[in-house]
Amino acid sequence: MSGIDVREAITQAHHEEWARVVAALTRRFGDLDIAEEAAAEAFATAVQRWPADGVPPNPGAWLTTTANRKAIDRIRRESRRDDKHKEAQMVYDDDPREPVGAIDDDRLRLIFTCCHPALAMESRVALTLRMVAGLTMPEIARAFLVAESAMGQRITRAKAKIKAARIPYRVPSAEDLPARVSGVLAVLYLVFNEGYLATGPDTDPVRHELTAEAIRLTRLIRVLLPDDGEVAGLLALMLLTEARRPARVSADGQLVALDEQDRGTWDAALIAEGHRLVRERLAAAAAGEAPGRYQILAAINAVHTSARDMRDTDWSQVLALYDQLVRLDPSPIVALNRAIAVAELDGPEVALAAVGRLEPRLAGYHAYHATRADLLRRLGRDHESRAAYDKAIGLAGNTAEIAYLTRRRDHLR
Amino acid sequence: MQYLLSVIHDQAGLATPEEDAAIDVFNDRLQAEGHWVFAGGLASPSTATVIDNRGGEAMVTDGPFLESKEYLAGFWIIEAADLDVALRLATEGSEACNRKVEVRPFL
Repeated sequence: MSGIDVREAITQAHHEEWARVVAALTRRFGDLDIAEEAAAEAFATAVQRWPADGVPPNPGAWLTTTANRKAIDRIRRESRRDDKHKEAQMVYDDDPREPVGAIDDDRLRLIFTCCHPALAMESRVALTLRMVAGLTMPEIARAFLVAESAMGQRITRAKAKIKAARIPYRVPSAEDLPARVSGVLAVLYLVFNEGYLATGPDTDPVRHELTAEAIRLTRLIRVLLPDDGEVAGLLALMLLTEARRPARVSADGQLVALDEQDRGTWDAALIAEGHRLVRERLAAAAAGEAPGRYQILAAINAVHTSARDMRDTDWSQVLALYDQLVRLDPSPIVALNRAIAVAELDGPEVALAAVGRLEPRLAGYHAYHATRADLLRRLGRDHESRAAYDKAIGLAGNTAEIAYLTRRRDHLR
Repeated sequence: MQYLLSVIHDQAGLATPEEDAAIDVFNDRLQAEGHWVFAGGLASPSTATVIDNRGGEAMVTDGPFLESKEYLAGFWIIEAADLDVALRLATEGSEACNRKVEVRPFL
């Protein structure tokens, strides 16, 4: 096996086995710190040994066994100072033949613990990316543009709270499950969105590593909770959004709006997979299962990705879906997106009136001004449009979006 | 595992008779289900006295240690298996006493 093959095997094992190893160790030792450290040591050992020894036939079992040994070594070192009965509790067990179901349950436990509602949203995101996705501290710090030391502290504080307040390592009870799953999905959607429209001035406008990580984690949750409609909905939403990524930023770094995108570059395989999931959820809705917001958003994206171009889009279907979404989520941002569909059906003047009503709540949101600017432009009110573009540019954080808005503004007479 | 549930309030005045009745029902449940350790309501912060004897000579100050709009109005100490159980009880307690509740684990 060549060096490249071994490196690929290690990368693949890291993707496939990290969460499994951390989750199994957390259950066994009841301590996220020990689990994380031992998992990291096991992967470091793999990097040292596999090039010479070869990749073991069952990399996951090898990594779990190695991590177990590392954890026990650490506990032995520490328990020399503590009372002896702790060591007596440590039964050495390197049997890799764990039932598959139980291990999968462990990963689900790990996800619910990392996304516990008693932790601040930013801690949930950081902890999930570290413990479940296996990103390193510097990678997470870079992803969210904070100093490595600050990110380290955030994760350390979260782990300390989990321990001290005894946040359980458990899949929540049936009555809590829907709310807790939606908390997990919110974490994943936030990671995805930060990747899809990065907010920082010094980052790439689209951060593929974050969208890919969010999709990978959502796929994992889909495997673990196959009957949850919102999990399927979020996965479909991410796939149908990610499918358009190749067309989203022009060669000169400008965001490309939906009406100008080259639809031939969209990823047909991702669209097909997303459409399959949406059809599955439409069938469930027809059978009486009320869809949640991710399923409705996925359906809206399915309409867009089914159309040959902007004019071919079934806007009345889009509007009907937004009406459904408004009933679930009466937020002004949903109302703003609904107005964009109204503009296609009833014209920019009707849409502008609807958008204007959102001003008190959205005056600080760049997309509000960008939407107004576009509607005013279509109405030939160039002077007002220019002022709205100026406001949008001042509030936008994404470099490609600023470039796009600037070009649109400069095209005005 | 024990947790302190602090009752936080931002207005003067004690619990209404309806709130008292709801708190009684909740307390009975805590006792019946084995969560009860201790609980009590507190007199207003203006009745507090702070003692500082760190320097060998006790300093006595009239009033609470911290002047703020929000204050500790009472507390429960409960026994709960984990934070999920404690949070569920705090949710019910907050509804019963009609005030905010902070959940904090004992060491």
